[in-house]
Amino acid sequence: MTHLENVVLCRESQVSTLQALFGERHHFSFPSIFIYGHTASGKTYVTQTLLKTLELPHVFVNCVECFTLRLLLEQILNKLNHLSSSEDGYSTEITCETFNDFVHLFKQVTKAENLKDQTVYIVLDKAECLRDMEANLLPGFLRLQELADRNVTVIFLSEIVWEKFRPNTGCFEPFVLYFPDYSIGNLQKILSHDHPPEYSADFYAAYINILLGVFYTVCRDLKELRHLAVLNFPKYCEPVVKGEASERDTRKLWRNIEPHLKKAMQTVYLREISSSQWEKLQKDDTDLGQLKGLSAHTHVELPYYSKFILIAAYLASYNPARTDKRFFLKHHGKIKKTNFLKKHEKTSNHLLGPKPFPLDRLLAILYSIVDSRVAPTANIFSQITSLVTLQLLTLVGHDDQLDGPKYKCTVSLDFIRAISRTVNFDIIKYLYDFL
Amino acid sequence: MSSRKSKSNNLIHAECLSQVQRILRERFCHQSPHSNLFGAQVQYKHLSELLKRTAIHGESNSVLIIGPRGSGKTMLINHALKELMEIEEMSENVLQVHLNGLLQINDKIALKEITRQLNLENVVGDKVFGSFAENLSFLLEALKKGDRTSSCPVIFILDEFDLFAHHKNQTLLYNLFDISQSAQTPIAVIGLTCRLYVKIFKEQLSLPAEFPEKLFAEKWNENAQCLSEERSVQEVLQKHFNISKNLRSLHMLLMLSLNRVTASHPFMTAVDLMEASQLCSMDSKANIVHGLSVLEICLIIAMKHLNDLYEEEPFNFQMVYNEFQKFVQRKAHSVYNFEKPVVMKAFEHLQQLELIKPVEKTSGNSQREYQLMKLLLDNTQIMNALQKYPNCPTDVRQWATSSLSWL
Repeated sequence: MTHLENVVLCRESQVSTLQALFGERHHFSFPSIFIYGHTASGKTYVTQTLLKTLELPHVFVNCVECFTLRLLLEQILNKLNHLSSSEDGYSTEITCETFNDFVHLFKQVTKAENLKDQTVYIVLDKAECLRDMEANLLPGFLRLQELADRNVTVIFLSEIVWEKFRPNTGCFEPFVLYFPDYSIGNLQKILSHDHPPEYSADFYAAYINILLGVFYTVCRDLKELRHLAVLNFPKYCEPVVKGEASERDTRKLWRNIEPHLKKAMQTVYLREISSSQWEKLQKDDTDLGQLKGLSAHTHVELPYYSKFILIAAYLASYNPARTDKRFFLKHHGKIKKTNFLKKHEKTSNHLLGPKPFPLDRLLAILYSIVDSRVAPTANIFSQITSLVTLQLLTLVGHDDQLDGPKYKCTVSLDFIRAISRTVNFDIIKYLYDFL
Repeated sequence: MSSRKSKSNNLIHAECLSQVQRILRERFCHQSPHSNLFGAQVQYKHLSELLKRTAIHGESNSVLIIGPRGSGKTMLINHALKELMEIEEMSENVLQVHLNGLLQINDKIALKEITRQLNLENVVGDKVFGSFAENLSFLLEALKKGDRTSSCPVIFILDEFDLFAHHKNQTLLYNLFDISQSAQTPIAVIGLTCRLYVKIFKEQLSLPAEFPEKLFAEKWNENAQCLSEERSVQEVLQKHFNISKNLRSLHMLLMLSLNRVTASHPFMTAVDLMEASQLCSMDSKANIVHGLSVLEICLIIAMKHLNDLYEEEPFNFQMVYNEFQKFVQRKAHSVYNFEKPVVMKAFEHLQQLELIKPVEKTSGNSQREYQLMKLLLDNTQIMNALQKYPNCPTDVRQWATSSLSWL
């Protein structure tokens, strides 16, 4: 099986377990196998490669694509049909509406010559979607060998553990196989495997080392790391291409690439900017310091009064109503300090989230923080509605309640601080949590 | 001479082993009916007599077989039916209808299935024509017209019986039991529903007497005998029996050990069984935690501290981030102070793995950071998983054991 070893890395024990389970072609295998493990741990890849290399008759279906029962069942039957009648390219499409019909049609399709005496494998990827479909589907597939009385094995691939799949009244327990996550050595081996031919393997291995050093504590997903490796490699090779450093000059290469990778973590890793934008920026060699992603607040420009309405909304959401008197009245009289300042860390409003407030309170706070006189015209009210459309405020409660609408402010502290800086308003002074 | 002998030995072994694998796999995976009934003899006699009374004397009966999953109900009924069919007059006269609650999820499908299996006149090929009402009246007429002397007895076997009881109005069940009570076509309705170990182990592992290679079969059975007497094997079986008493879990254990039998390792050993037992009793959530990144582990530890402090009240991302900041800011250099969106991405990954779950369904209005969540791991699981976590930074581990170590 050397071909298999070259194609599938670091999964020897899982491959040998699966091979032992499959056994010989005409032997019975366990009716259902459940394979779980983290994403990008090779479940789909290993299963597909193994089945293809051993040339076992199999059908591969991704349950995310099949959002109705019919799509799933018809896909399985049609693919099986194609397997069995490979000479003539034309075969009628099978229609199937219920699981009962599926079992009958399955029995018929597997009577074909080249499927008769061997185990047929049905592989269901992203099997967690089966839990949300009809209730009889998952127990039915687990027992398909018994219900159809044929030599068939159903393999489920999922990220979620088996205990969360088990139906309440119990079911036929499948054989559970775990695909362990890759260790850092394994990751290095696999990532170094696809080095471009122009550079030496050691050069690429050093680059992977640096990449893992930055990203390993955050992310162990092989797919993400591969994507980042491919995106950032041209930048790493830049000094060598320009002739400033040789391939062995590890310190200089490291100093060149490290801030770049840190910036990548804040942008490309979070998909704040797209990969093509990132590549373009690398080529243009612009200063990455000013790079801001999608969620940055510099993209939003609001009119003058809207900014104050937003600030007033933020204050209304995050200050308790009883403290308004102290913050917003010119002469608030004596207030007992001890009662006022009693607060738990847990009940800090910035941890619990914004609270809803009525419109009147918003207007009251607005009048007190704006210097000039503001009249309650339709202009102001329409600005409030625009803020709701922009999803900077949300309407809480029923749409039908025309008198006394309640709102909630849904912006973050950084955002509101940036906004209040543009109007020269010190919002921190007015926030109860920062007293 | 010796090399040739060992080569031919190997060949014989490979052949034998292929046969052994085939027989045992059929027994463990396909649940083929075996001769021994493991303590269900009384039930078997009762059931068999009942079926004979329907078939021979035309008496209508109904039976409900109840037992936990894997306790041998289907096996019992299959055995009884097989024996019944072996009597010559029976195989021509008696009709069988097998229904399963998982397949026939409503009465319409069930009715079509009954007419299809009984091969009534409105079945052409494999398709059943007519509407539900027509089919039902046709079937009932066919069943009601007969009497004990002139019509064939019909045996209805309803697997996953409790699912049939959930059908609308329970039309099917009502009609079937009704007919079985009145003096019409004799029918027997049998419902199956769910609700001696070491000896069984030896018996399950032994090869049948008809095995072609007598010598190998003898050696194999001897090995099975020795295994069943070994103390370590008995401990493994006792542990398994304490967890689940049914035959299926024993089959799973034996299947796992059978996988290790190859030409170079032709006889099962106690080590195989112990390793198989370990595989069966793995904690899957601990395995998932093993593959998390350091940042995600830190978030889980922060959630653990919040749970300890506030007695399992639900938390949100903002609170977890706050705890994490407190840890990172006290001179912990091994964990870099990541930006909030990066931490949010790690938090969402935990949600995708279903290690944390929102307390109520997401509404579009609330921000993601303030949505209340619950942690689905308990403290012992977290601490055990941390022990096995590879390359765990020491201050993270210390933080896990006590949140107040910084005071």
